[in-house]
Amino acid sequence: MAEGTKTIEMEILRYRPEQDKKPFYQTYAVAFDNDWSVLQGLQYIKDELDSSLSFRWSCRMAICGSCGMMIDDVPRLGCRTFLRNYYPNKLRVGALEHFPIERDLVVVVDDFINKLENIKPYLIPKQPRKLEQGEFLQTPEQLEKYRQFSTCINCMLCYAACPQYGLDSKFTGPGILALMHRYNSDSRDDGRDERLELGHSEQGFWGCTAVAYCSEVCPKSVDPANAINQNKMGSAVDYFLRFISPQGTAK
Amino acid sequence: MAIVGAGGTGLRAAIAVAETDPSLKVALVSKVYPMRSHTVAAEGGAAGVVRDDDSHEYHFNDTVEGGDWLCDQDVVEYFVAHCTENLVQLEHWGCPWSRKSDGHINVRAFGGMKVERTWFAADTSGFHMLHTLFQTSIKYPSIKRFDEYFCVDIVIEDGRCQGLVAIEVATGKFTFIQAKAVIFGTGGAGRVFRENTNGGIVTGDGMAMAYRHGAPLRDMEFMQYHPTCMPGTGLLFTEACRGEGGLLLNKDGYRFLQDYGLGPAEEKPRNKFMELGPRDRLSQAIWHEEKKGRTISTPHGEVVHLDLRHLGKKKLLERLPLIYEMAEEYMGIDPAHECIPVRPGIHYTMGGIYANLMTETPLAGLYAAGECASNGIHGANRLGSNSLVDIIVFGKLAGVEAAQFAKSVKNTNPALLEKQASAAEDRALALVTRTDGKEKHSVLRREMGKSMENGCGIYRTAPEMQATCEKITELRERYKNLNVEDKSSVWNSDWLGALEVGFLLDVAEAIAYSALNRKESRGAHQRLDGYEHRDDVDYLKHTLAYYTGDGAPQIEYQDVIITKSRPGTRAYGAAGVAADEQRMKEADNG
Repeated sequence: MAEGTKTIEMEILRYRPEQDKKPFYQTYAVAFDNDWSVLQGLQYIKDELDSSLSFRWSCRMAICGSCGMMIDDVPRLGCRTFLRNYYPNKLRVGALEHFPIERDLVVVVDDFINKLENIKPYLIPKQPRKLEQGEFLQTPEQLEKYRQFSTCINCMLCYAACPQYGLDSKFTGPGILALMHRYNSDSRDDGRDERLELGHSEQGFWGCTAVAYCSEVCPKSVDPANAINQNKMGSAVDYFLRFISPQGTAK
Repeated sequence: MAIVGAGGTGLRAAIAVAETDPSLKVALVSKVYPMRSHTVAAEGGAAGVVRDDDSHEYHFNDTVEGGDWLCDQDVVEYFVAHCTENLVQLEHWGCPWSRKSDGHINVRAFGGMKVERTWFAADTSGFHMLHTLFQTSIKYPSIKRFDEYFCVDIVIEDGRCQGLVAIEVATGKFTFIQAKAVIFGTGGAGRVFRENTNGGIVTGDGMAMAYRHGAPLRDMEFMQYHPTCMPGTGLLFTEACRGEGGLLLNKDGYRFLQDYGLGPAEEKPRNKFMELGPRDRLSQAIWHEEKKGRTISTPHGEVVHLDLRHLGKKKLLERLPLIYEMAEEYMGIDPAHECIPVRPGIHYTMGGIYANLMTETPLAGLYAAGECASNGIHGANRLGSNSLVDIIVFGKLAGVEAAQFAKSVKNTNPALLEKQASAAEDRALALVTRTDGKEKHSVLRREMGKSMENGCGIYRTAPEMQATCEKITELRERYKNLNVEDKSSVWNSDWLGALEVGFLLDVAEAIAYSALNRKESRGAHQRLDGYEHRDDVDYLKHTLAYYTGDGAPQIEYQDVIITKSRPGTRAYGAAGVAADEQRMKEADNG
């Protein structure tokens, strides 16, 4: 990485559990080029100034979802946020809000992964289809019903943005509820009933307090707030029908 | 059973094991969470014959010709026959493939492919395949994931691979996983070069581990340059840009590819003409344009223009939304109104751990599939949209084969394995415990990337390759004097980075020596020093590089398996049509 032409101060959250009693901010002067991302700034620090700084990253192109972090208190992807937009002011980089800090900018994501695993995030077709039968037919309109909700990169920025998740981490949260909605809305899927109990609970769609900051910070325009909203309406109907037909719920 | 790597290959293999025998426990080990694996970054799509005017024969011919006849044809025959069913399987698992109005999946054109056969999910096909596989894998209770476990070595005992040693990244603790068979789906080694499209994790780990244990790395000199990458960062602008009708222009706005045997230049390029030619030829043409002074100078080097303007904003947002986003966000360019500056960057490792049709490596009990393997389907140049099917066709096969092997062997006395595992742990730990080292791995990595670009770039000469070989030898020597400053246990990425540079350097050496020794030009290996032509007499052969410890790799050769396509003229554009006709005539007469 070549030395750039301007210098920006980056205040980076540091926390090494084996030696630091609590997290603190450390300031680094980063010489940068105009097209550098915050991630490139962090890589410069690691390569040139302080090899002990830890952070997750890989693809550099906003698709692997590794480098979610707080940049001046806003949840953002480090690889798609540019230093030039902060210069000549300094810039503060912290670990994603609402997750325990493992070290420096690395957070513990077990809760998110467990939630993802618990919603049956896979197609549950009415009847299994054999390979010889070819693909399920699905029109572009049917695809469009869930397509947007299938583009979540699991970067968890929406969890850092969600006040409800911050208050009570039992809430399933925006990204995973959007994923549940993605499968429920897929014309090939028949698993909605199996996902219903969690979806209907206080930990599910009803836990959302409709702040919609999740959709604002989403780098992929997944719009989880919209997914949740659609389900609150659907869920209300299901809830009502459950009273008049206790054996099962309407589809 | 253990699988290393939880990208497309590893996940597909894990599901195959779980479906073959649910009683087999599968440890799926990955240094990142599965959805971070580099499969995620594949954009354009995956090849599988579906159209009435297409055939397995055509896909076979395109692949073998695209690979400049260095493909093992028995493997290509198996491959093309199994692509479509594996893509349908992904569809049954929920992959949101783009559709035609009648509800059937849609296909797009791709470079070097005679008929449209590339399945796609907008321009995030790899992302959708990876997430579909990851989410589907959650259904199978026999798959136990070890997310963020960094594999440092495999354990070989009694002549076969029986497990692996990994560092739990969160704690720095070692884990030994005993396994009756191990599958590598560890991906490529693009990070050996400086300017590349690859994620930071693509560091050749599996290749280096297998190599150090005596498995040969095959055809490593064939590193693919993708012609359309972002200057500076090397980020990828998918070939689907051209599949959808994008054009390549030089500084005069001229479609220069017509000067390199790819023409004629028609308004919309025909398949296998012009912009729909193969990647090696396009990258080479850009190199020549630069020499002729017909490229555009930028702070990040010489570029040509990728012109998508005529496609219009609506189509761009529908078919190439990620490309639109990258151009806007990273470069401040609106591709509906401006051309995108692009230059070639390292993209794909055609070579890898030698594996046969059944994904077996020469190390019993070790299977390899996907980019880390060289099973012979890509030859000297991979065609776009063949790698996303490679990972599912051979990932599945590796799962089935390894599961059968696992059932056929007995466990060895664990004490013997643990002794070896403990030695592997000591080796990895030595990097971080020593205090008298001087070298920084970030410096070695940078010098390696630059040297590889100088010596093993798009065009190569013996003195430059020789210099790179010597440089890599020097870097490997300096690596022994490494200083890992961070001595902590929790999430010590300084230590993991040092281990990765160790893997990279071994792979880099195999690449450089394999290149130096191949005295011909074929596919992605092009020379300017008296070996400008393909030499089927001496080099219709795979290169095998064997590890020798501190010394240079030992280079041997192996015959290419030819079943039905004799090496012929590799031509595109109008010349390609003529060559096809000639071949058919010969076939009729013979």
